Amino acid sequence: MFERIKYLAIKEFIQLFRDRKRRVLIIISPLIQLFLFGYVATLDVDNVSTALLDLDRSQESRELVRRMEASGYFTITNRPASQKESGYLLDKGAVLVAIQIDNGFSKDIKRKAAPAQLQVLVDGTDSNSALIAMSHVASIVGRFSHDLAAPATINAPQTDFRTRVWYNPDLKSRNFLLPGVIALIMLLTCLMTTSMAVVREREIGTIEQLMVTPIRPLELVLAKMSPSAAIGFGQMILVTAVGVLWFHVPIKGSLPFLFLCTGVYLLSILGIGLFISTISKTQQQAMMASFFFFQPTVLLSGFVTPIENMPLGFQYVTYFSPLRYFLVIVRGIFLKGVGLDVLWPQVLALLLLGVAIFALSAMRFKKRLA
Amino acid sequence: MHGPDTAVDVHDLSRTFGSFIAVDKISLQVAKGEIFGFLGPNGAGKSTTIRMLCGLLMPTGGGGTVGGYDVRTEPEAVKNVIGYMSQKFSLYDDLTVEENINFFGGVYRVPRDKKESRKAWVLEMAGIGDKKSVLTGTLPTGFKQRLALGCAVLHEPPVLFLDEPTSGVDPLSRRSFWNLIREMAESGTTIFVTTHHMEEADYCDRLALIYKGRIIAEGAPMELRQHYMKRDILEIEADKTVEALEVLLREGVDNAIFGSTLHATVEDAETSARRIREVLESSGIAVERIEKVMPSLEDVFVTLIEAS
Repeated sequence: MFERIKYLAIKEFIQLFRDRKRRVLIIISPLIQLFLFGYVATLDVDNVSTALLDLDRSQESRELVRRMEASGYFTITNRPASQKESGYLLDKGAVLVAIQIDNGFSKDIKRKAAPAQLQVLVDGTDSNSALIAMSHVASIVGRFSHDLAAPATINAPQTDFRTRVWYNPDLKSRNFLLPGVIALIMLLTCLMTTSMAVVREREIGTIEQLMVTPIRPLELVLAKMSPSAAIGFGQMILVTAVGVLWFHVPIKGSLPFLFLCTGVYLLSILGIGLFISTISKTQQQAMMASFFFFQPTVLLSGFVTPIENMPLGFQYVTYFSPLRYFLVIVRGIFLKGVGLDVLWPQVLALLLLGVAIFALSAMRFKKRLA
Repeated sequence: MHGPDTAVDVHDLSRTFGSFIAVDKISLQVAKGEIFGFLGPNGAGKSTTIRMLCGLLMPTGGGGTVGGYDVRTEPEAVKNVIGYMSQKFSLYDDLTVEENINFFGGVYRVPRDKKESRKAWVLEMAGIGDKKSVLTGTLPTGFKQRLALGCAVLHEPPVLFLDEPTSGVDPLSRRSFWNLIREMAESGTTIFVTTHHMEEADYCDRLALIYKGRIIAEGAPMELRQHYMKRDILEIEADKTVEALEVLLREGVDNAIFGSTLHATVEDAETSARRIREVLESSGIAVERIEKVMPSLEDVFVTLIEAS
């Protein structure tokens, strides 16, 4: 049995790496994706273009603006002359935030009769960025009024609000996204290589020849999976290395544990790939089907959008996405440095899901061969 | 013809797909070292029968043995004693010649000490000894076909199945292919071959004709010609062949061009020959020769299928 699997696997590796297009797909495309996610797809809200309309022109108003610029979150790019002009800048998309400090701002602060007024207009088209920008404004303004109040009322009741962010203290979205990119790249490439490896034989008619040899269906499945599994591990190593060495993504957990979990994750992917091969007649169909599976799997995984924000029905569907569990695992390993003691529910779920998918697909594959 | 000298021995073999009967109780015995031709139009049940004999498809009725193993209970053992080659030359075009040979040698588990000698044999037999590192896809069809044959018999199987092995191959390559098959049969390999080419049927020791899932005729090529052909074939050599064809068709004589001559199918050779000569000569066509000839297998099969 192992002799036959060995020769089948050798053949698969030769075929996989002989085709130049496939070599590019396997090695270059993960790197392109990694660099795109590393540089382009950032969820961070920094250096927000801000319009400032300071009608007060006081020491206090200047102090507030100074603090905003010093935070690094805001850059004053425009100084409109009127409220109308501020609105125009927002309409045009030239600025994301428009701040207006009315005349009397400093007077109100000094008199302490009425709360001083400050108007912040935020472009809510991109709701996520708008929310983040608003929270930055709120915290700067909060700090500002706290500091103003402090000298005067020493014994005033106050809450000392200090946040400390764990695991990703700089709140860099890159650190959050890149470990997930590993999972995504493995998913797409391995789905395609697995399903196409089987369908290619069917398309050119060699599957018939294989079936009259003493090769058994399970041997064929295992041999067909081996290059995909190797590619999966290879990409994991490549992307992790570039992520850690180039993008300085921290990796706090254990590498062997990461390998182990990658293996469990691959079980599900290869199973789905095998399933796709049983429903596709041509390589094009297999490729289409791979994308068709890829999109919902990613959307329902919590890669970008938190699962808790999805409608309840969809939240249940996410339990069938292997990516959902693996994302928790890789982020846990990379950012939190946790191991099996914390992640065992995800590892177990992923294992059960993988075994189920793989067994069902292998059975279906065997039936399709006969 | 049962017992140890029988390579293929099946009885009442049947296969239905739903209500469709693809193969209907066929019985076949093929002796060791025999070239057995399995003929029939498309959809007659040829492939279904082969698939059952190769252990790929479970019969729904009947059964038997191939190479001594039961096709119902030991399909995996059957696969070890057969070689199979189809019209599609199931080699990997993106592997080199040598990689293909290594692959099939591996999956058929050719013993380690025989691997090199078998590889050398295939390369020589296919006439591509100097093309070991060439991508298989770039080989001319005739060479590819012989390489495919070589890969199918790397493990020296006692029974070899050939499914339309020569379609798409030029006549010269076809002839040398059949010489190879003849050699293999002489060294004891049993050959079970399907073909569309009726002239190829003459290379076989014995033939069976399958039609609508049943075997409607069986025997040596010569036997089939003599036994099943009720009507006679006249070969006519005239100076204006095409004109002669038209004249005879007008007279209601069933005839067709056969090379530079005409073949007419008639009830009785003697009386028809006289009448045909009269008809042609009265139309101003000189007849050089009219004689009764042995019907071709094609004539036989057309007659048989029309009768059934």
